[in-house]
Amino acid sequence: MSELSSAGKIPVTVLTGYLGAGKTTLLNRILSEPHGKKYAVIVNEFGEIGIDNDLVVGADEEVFEMNNGCICCTVRGDLVRILDGLMRRKGKFDAIIVETTGLADPAPVAQTFFIDENVGRRTKLDAVVTVADAKWLKDRLKDAPEAKNQIAFADVILINKTDLVSVDELSDVEARIRSINPYAKLHKTERAKIPLDQVLDRKAFDLDRILDIEPDFLAGDGHAHHHHHEHEHGHDHEHHHGHGGLKHYHDEDMQSVSLKTEQPLDPDKFFPWVQNLVQTEGPNILRCKGILSFKNDDQRFVFQGVHMILDGDHQRPWKKDEQRLSRAVFIGRNLPEETIRKGFESCIA
Amino acid sequence: MTDSRSETVSVVERTQSVAAAGAVIATHFLGRTAVFVLGEEAMVFAEPEGEPRRVDVHAGAILATAADGKRIVSGGDDGKLAATNAKGETRALATDAKHRWIDHVALGRAGAVAWSAGKTAFAQGKEGKELRQLEVPSTVGGLAFLPKGFRLAVAHYNGASLWFPNATGAAAEKLEWKGSHLGATVSPDGRFLVTTMQEPMLHGWRLADGKHMRMSGYATRVTSLAWTADGDWLVTSGATQLILWPFQGKDGPMGKEPRLLAPSDHRVTTVAAHPGQAIVATGFDHGMILLIRVADGSEILARKAAAAPVTALGWSPDGQLLAFGTEDGDAGIIDLS
Repeated sequence: MSELSSAGKIPVTVLTGYLGAGKTTLLNRILSEPHGKKYAVIVNEFGEIGIDNDLVVGADEEVFEMNNGCICCTVRGDLVRILDGLMRRKGKFDAIIVETTGLADPAPVAQTFFIDENVGRRTKLDAVVTVADAKWLKDRLKDAPEAKNQIAFADVILINKTDLVSVDELSDVEARIRSINPYAKLHKTERAKIPLDQVLDRKAFDLDRILDIEPDFLAGDGHAHHHHHEHEHGHDHEHHHGHGGLKHYHDEDMQSVSLKTEQPLDPDKFFPWVQNLVQTEGPNILRCKGILSFKNDDQRFVFQGVHMILDGDHQRPWKKDEQRLSRAVFIGRNLPEETIRKGFESCIA
Repeated sequence: MTDSRSETVSVVERTQSVAAAGAVIATHFLGRTAVFVLGEEAMVFAEPEGEPRRVDVHAGAILATAADGKRIVSGGDDGKLAATNAKGETRALATDAKHRWIDHVALGRAGAVAWSAGKTAFAQGKEGKELRQLEVPSTVGGLAFLPKGFRLAVAHYNGASLWFPNATGAAAEKLEWKGSHLGATVSPDGRFLVTTMQEPMLHGWRLADGKHMRMSGYATRVTSLAWTADGDWLVTSGATQLILWPFQGKDGPMGKEPRLLAPSDHRVTTVAAHPGQAIVATGFDHGMILLIRVADGSEILARKAAAAPVTALGWSPDGQLLAFGTEDGDAGIIDLS
C-alpha cells in the first residue's frame, strides 16, 4: 500500500485505554463538540454506553491470524468487514473512530490497514490515541500487559483524571509512561477535556508526515519534556515545574531503542538488516519509525512498521541546509538493544 | 497497449448508459430488466430503451444481494432482509431482532433463502417454512447453498460448516482450514466447496473426502468469482489477468496450474460468466470491461478504460444483455444480440 497517496482516504482514529480510563468520555466529547464534522463510530458490542450518534456500529473484536507464516501477523476481521460496509455510505461522514475494548491490543487494528488492500485503499489509519487513568495506570502497568501495550503503541496519550491525583503522583505516572514510550504526544486532562485537533487528524501513520508533525519524536530519553512548548491546554502548569525533575524509570520489559548516525547508510546493507530484524524480533517490536539518509541518494527515505510489517518510501529531497541525519526508533518488549545498535552501525556505508 | 485494448474488436457502441447516481455494488437481471444495486438504500431498474427508475429498499447501506431471476434478496445495515421483484415491489422478509447488519445472503432451489448477521446463519426452506439458525464460532464470512437438497455451506474463521438446516439437533459438518474464510461458492455439480480467504488465495475442499485444494498466487484478496456455464472453470478476480481454475476432472485443480487470460497492467475486480457459453465478462480496476472466450482467450472490448473500478457485472438469462456498474456510479447495459 502506498501511504504517500493518502489523499481522499477516510481517516480512522483508534481510541484505546484500559477499562475506566475515560475512552467513552473522550468519544462523547469528540461527537458532541460543535466542529461541524460527522463521525462514524465503531464500538465494542458489549460496551455499556449511550452514544448519541447516527452512525454507530457494534463490533465483536475478532483477531484473525494470517496464513503467512508470521505469528504476530493478525488482523481485526470485524474491521475488514465493517469498514467495507461503512464505505458504502462514504458521503455520510468525514472520519471514522474505532473504540476498542479495554483489553484490546492495538496492533491487529493497525495491521489491518497495512495488510488488507481493500481497507488500505479507501481508509487510512490516522493515529492510535490511548487514554490512561492518572491514578490507576501505575497498577495496570504491573498487572495488565494490555495496558502496557496500549501505552507503547500510542501516538497520542491522554493522562486523564488528573484532578484525582497529586502533583507528585502525576509526575510519577508521566515518567512511567515516558519510560515505555518517549515519543507519543502526552496530554494531561480532566474528564478527557482536550482540543480535538490534538487527537484527530494527527496523520501519525502518514509516511509523508512522520517527522514533519513530530520533529522531536526522536529526541530520545532524557528529553521527555520536549513537548511542553506544544502544550496549549490548561493543565501544563506543573509541567514546567516538573520539567527538570522528572523521575527516570526503566520499564522492565518494554523499552524503546533510539538510533542515530551522521554518516550515510548503505541501502544494500540496511534493508536486509531491517528485514531480518523484524523477521526475528517482530513479535517483540510493537512499532518502529525512521528517517534515513542513504549514500549517493539526495532523497530522504522514511519508514515505519508494526511488528513484522514494514512500510517505507522516499519522501522528498534533502534540503540544502538540512543535516543528513539517519534516525530510527524501535519500541518493543525485551529488545536486544546492543545487537540492534551494532546492526544499525554496520549499515553505515 | 495492454491497458486500453485500442486494437481489440469492440462492442462499446452497443451500450445504453444508465444514470445510477451512486456506487453500484451488484447487478442482477429480473427477466429483461437490469437492476443496479447501489451501495446505499436503493436499486435502479432499467429496461432496454426505458427510463431508469429508483426503488428504495433499505434505510442505509446495502451489504449483500442474491437473485434467482424472479426476485432480488438483499441484506442491509438496517438489519433488514428484503425481497424485491421485477415490478420493483419490495417487502421485508426478516428483521434482525438486534438490528445487526445482514451482510451475507444466498438463494437456493425452490425458494430457499439464507442470510447471516454476526455469528448466526439463518435459513428458510421457503417462505412460511420454519426458520432455522446456526451459530458458528466467528462472524459468518460467506454463504452458499449446495445444488442438491436443502444444505448450506457457511464460511467462517478456520474453515467452513456444512449444515442441513432441517436436521434439527444434528451438528453441522466441519471443514477445517486455518485462517479467515470470507466468501463461499459451491461448484455447479456440488462436488467442491471453494472459499475466498483474507489472504490473497482461495481454499477448496472436495466434499466427498474433504481433500484440500490451495489456490494461491494472487496479488490481492479475491472478491469476485464465478463458475462457467459448463462448470469446467472457476474464474476469479484478484490478479492482473483473468484467473481460471480447472474443475473438469475428478480432482478439480489439485496439482494443476490455473489458466491466465487477458494480461493487463490493471487488476481484475469483477467477473461474470455467460449463462450459456464459456465466455467471461471481466471488469478491471480502471474501468475496462472485456468479454473473454475461455476456449482461445480471444477478447472483445465491452467498455473502455475510464477511471473508477468496475464493481458489478451481470448477464441477462438469455446471455444477450450484459449490465455493468462502477464504483463512481456509472452504469450501463450492453446489447450483444
